[in-house]
Amino acid sequence: MMKIWVPLDSAAKALGADEVAYALAAAANARGIKVQIIRNGSRGMVWLEPLVEVEINGIRHGFGPAAPDDADDILSGSGAKALGPVEDLDWMRRQTRLTFARCGVIDPLSLDEYQANGGLVGLRRAIAMTGQQVVDEVKTSGLRGRGGAGFPTGIKWQTVHDATAPQKYVVCNADEGDSGTFADRMIIEGDPFSLIEGMAIAGLGVGATRGYVYLRSEYPDAIRVLQQAVRIARNGGLLGPDVLGSGRAFDIEVRVGAGAYVCGEETSLLNSLEGKRGVVRAKPPLPALEGFLGRPTVVNNVISLATVPVIFEKGAQHYADFGLGRSRGTVTLQIAGNVARGGLFETAFGMTLDQAVNDIGGGTASGRPVKAVQVGGPLGAYMPVAKFDTPLGYEELDSQGGLIGHAGLVVFDDTADMLGMARFAMEFCAVESCGKCTPCRIGAVRGVETIDRIAAGDGNAIGLLTDLCDTMRDGSLCALGGFTPYPVMSALTHFPDDFARRKEAAE
Amino acid sequence: MPSSAPAPSDQDIQAIISDHLGLEGPLLPILHALQHSFGHIPAAAHEPIIKALNISRAELHGVISFYHDFRDNPAGRHVVKICRAEACQAVGADALAQATLDKLGLDWHGTTANGAVTIEPVYCLGLCACGPAAMVDDRVIGRVDEARMQRLLQEAGA
Ligand SMILES: Cc1cc2nc3c(=O)[nH]c(=O)nc-3n(C[C@H](O)[C@H](O)[C@H](O)COP(=O)(O)O)c2cc1C
Ligand code: SF4
Ligand code: FES
Repeated sequence: MMKIWVPLDSAAKALGADEVAYALAAAANARGIKVQIIRNGSRGMVWLEPLVEVEINGIRHGFGPAAPDDADDILSGSGAKALGPVEDLDWMRRQTRLTFARCGVIDPLSLDEYQANGGLVGLRRAIAMTGQQVVDEVKTSGLRGRGGAGFPTGIKWQTVHDATAPQKYVVCNADEGDSGTFADRMIIEGDPFSLIEGMAIAGLGVGATRGYVYLRSEYPDAIRVLQQAVRIARNGGLLGPDVLGSGRAFDIEVRVGAGAYVCGEETSLLNSLEGKRGVVRAKPPLPALEGFLGRPTVVNNVISLATVPVIFEKGAQHYADFGLGRSRGTVTLQIAGNVARGGLFETAFGMTLDQAVNDIGGGTASGRPVKAVQVGGPLGAYMPVAKFDTPLGYEELDSQGGLIGHAGLVVFDDTADMLGMARFAMEFCAVESCGKCTPCRIGAVRGVETIDRIAAGDGNAIGLLTDLCDTMRDGSLCALGGFTPYPVMSALTHFPDDFARRKEAAE
Repeated sequence: MPSSAPAPSDQDIQAIISDHLGLEGPLLPILHALQHSFGHIPAAAHEPIIKALNISRAELHGVISFYHDFRDNPAGRHVVKICRAEACQAVGADALAQATLDKLGLDWHGTTANGAVTIEPVYCLGLCACGPAAMVDDRVIGRVDEARMQRLLQEAGA
C-alpha cells in the first residue's frame, strides 16, 4: 500500500488540491497500484501547494506545486516537481515548529495519530496538577496573547482562576479577520486537536467547564474540520463530563461569526456570542471577571491556546528558552501578499523583518523591489525597507512605531500606492466600525474624504489628516478606531512622495 | 444560498427556532440556521424569534442589520465573494474586482439580471499567500486572474 498525502488545507484546496487527489486516485486505479490517500494539513509552504507527499522507504517525499496532470509522475516518484524529502527542505529545516509540530504531518482528524505525535501528553500532565500549578506553568512559559495585544496569558488565567462563580468559560477567539493572517485557520484545519487540548487545559486551570470557539463564517472548511474534531474528541473521552478519566468536565461548542471584523475584539465577540450586536464594551469590567453572560471568562486567540499543549508536553522552561527579550517562545509568521515564497513560518521571536521578507520569503513575487510591509494586520503600520532591521518581537516593533499583532506580514512591491493604502485603511475602519465612539465612526469617514482631498492636490489637508489621526487615537474605545492611524500615518510619514506627487500632478 | 430554496413555512421556522433554544446565546445560531435553510432571514421569522427569545423588535432588527452576513432578501443562486483586503490588493485584487464588476455591469452586492450570481466583497479569506482570493458559495479559489474569474462566472451561469 502506497501512502500519499494531499492537503485538505483551504489554501491547498484553493490551488487545486481536491482535483489532484481525484486524479491520483484515478491514476492509481488505472495502473493497478494500491494507494492510501491521506488528507493532511498544510506544511505552510503555500507557494508549493498543492504539496503532495509520497512515502518512499519510510520517508515522505514532496511534489509540488502539483496539478492533476502530474499524477503519473507522483506515483512513479520522480519528475520535474519532485522536491525530495519534505523535512529536508530549507523552509522546514530553518523553523522551530512547536505549535505547528504536527500540522501537515498527521491526519488532522485522527486522534490516534495525534497521540502518537505527542498529543495529550500535556493534558495528562495538567490533569495531575492543581489549577494553580497549571496557571503557574503558563506564567513560567512567558506565553503572551497571539491575537494582537500580547497580554501575558498566565496572568489572564490567574484572574479567572481566582474568581468565584457558578460557571466560568473558556472562549477561543477564532475570528482571524486580519488581512495577511491565516495561522488560526491552518492549525484548525491541520491540527484541530491541539486547540481542543489547549482549551481543555485552560478549563482545568481556571475551573471552567464550558468552552466556545467563535470561528469566522469566512472559513467554511475550518468550521467543518473543527466540528468533526469536537465530535471525535467527545467520542474519544477527551471532551465531556469526564475528561480523560479525570472526573472533571469540559466541553466545547463551535459558534460561527457573521462577517463583522470588529467581532474579533474580545468584548464585541462576547456580545456577539450572547446574540447581541457586536458592539465593543467598555473595560472594566474585564472579561476575565465579567465575560460571557457576565461570568469569568478566559478569552484567548487560537494560537495562544493551541500552543498550550506543547508547553505542558515539553515543559514551560523549554518553551521560554526560545525568544527575544520579553517575547518568549515562537512566533507563527504568516508571510503574504506580493511575496515569492508565502506561507506559515514558525520561528523563535527575534528574526528581523528583512530575514523574514527577503531571506525566508524570497522578496516579491513580481520580482520588483519591496516597497513596504504591513505588519500585524489592517491596524498595523506600513514598515519601509529602512526599518527592515527591526527584530520581530512585541516591544521591538512597538519601539519602531509598529505592532506585531497576529504576526501577519503583507509584502508590497514598488507599484503600491501608499496613499491608496491609507485611504483603504480609513475606508475599512468606516465600514467595520461598531459605531460606539464618534472619533471612529465619523472620523474614519472624514479620513477618507480628507485623503481624497490630498489626492486632489490639497496639501493643507495633510495637517487635517494628522489631527484627525490624533483624535482617533486618543478618543477611541478600542483598537479599530485607535490603531487605524498606524497604517495611515506610517504611509504618510514613510512615503510622503505618494501623497505629494498627486499634488504636483494637480498643479 | 439559492433563491430556488423552498418558501419558508411557519412550522419550519418554528422548528428551527426550537432546535436552538437550549443554547446559551441562541440568536446567531438561529439566524444562521434560518439563512442556511431559506437563503435569507424571512420577515415571517421575526415575530416568532421575538417571542421565543423575549427580545424587542428593535433589538432583533439591530442584530440582523449589524452583521454583514445576514440578508433580508435572497441572494442570487450563487454568491461570488472577491477579497478586497490588503494582501490580495498587493497582488492585483483591485483590478480584478473592478474588471469583474464592469464586465457584469454590477456594483458590489449586485445580482445579475438572470438571478445566477451575486457579487460580494469580503475582507480576507485566509488565503493571503495565494491571492487574489475568491469564494464561490463555500468553495475557495486562489490566484484568481480575469480569465479564471470569467470561467467561474460562466460555471455559475452569470
Ligand atoms: C478590532 C479588533 C479586532 C480583533 N480581532 C482579533 C481576532 O480576529 N482574533 C484575535 O485573537 N484577537 C483579535 N483581537 C484582539 C482581542 O481583542 C483580544 O486581545 C484577544 O482575543 C485576546 O487573546 P490573546 O490574549 O490570546 O491574544 C482584536 C482586537 C480588535 C480591537
Ligand atoms: S473604536 Fe470604533 S470599533 Fe472600537 S468601540 Fe469605538 S466605534 Fe466601536
Ligand atoms: S487578504 Fe485576501 S485572502 Fe487574506
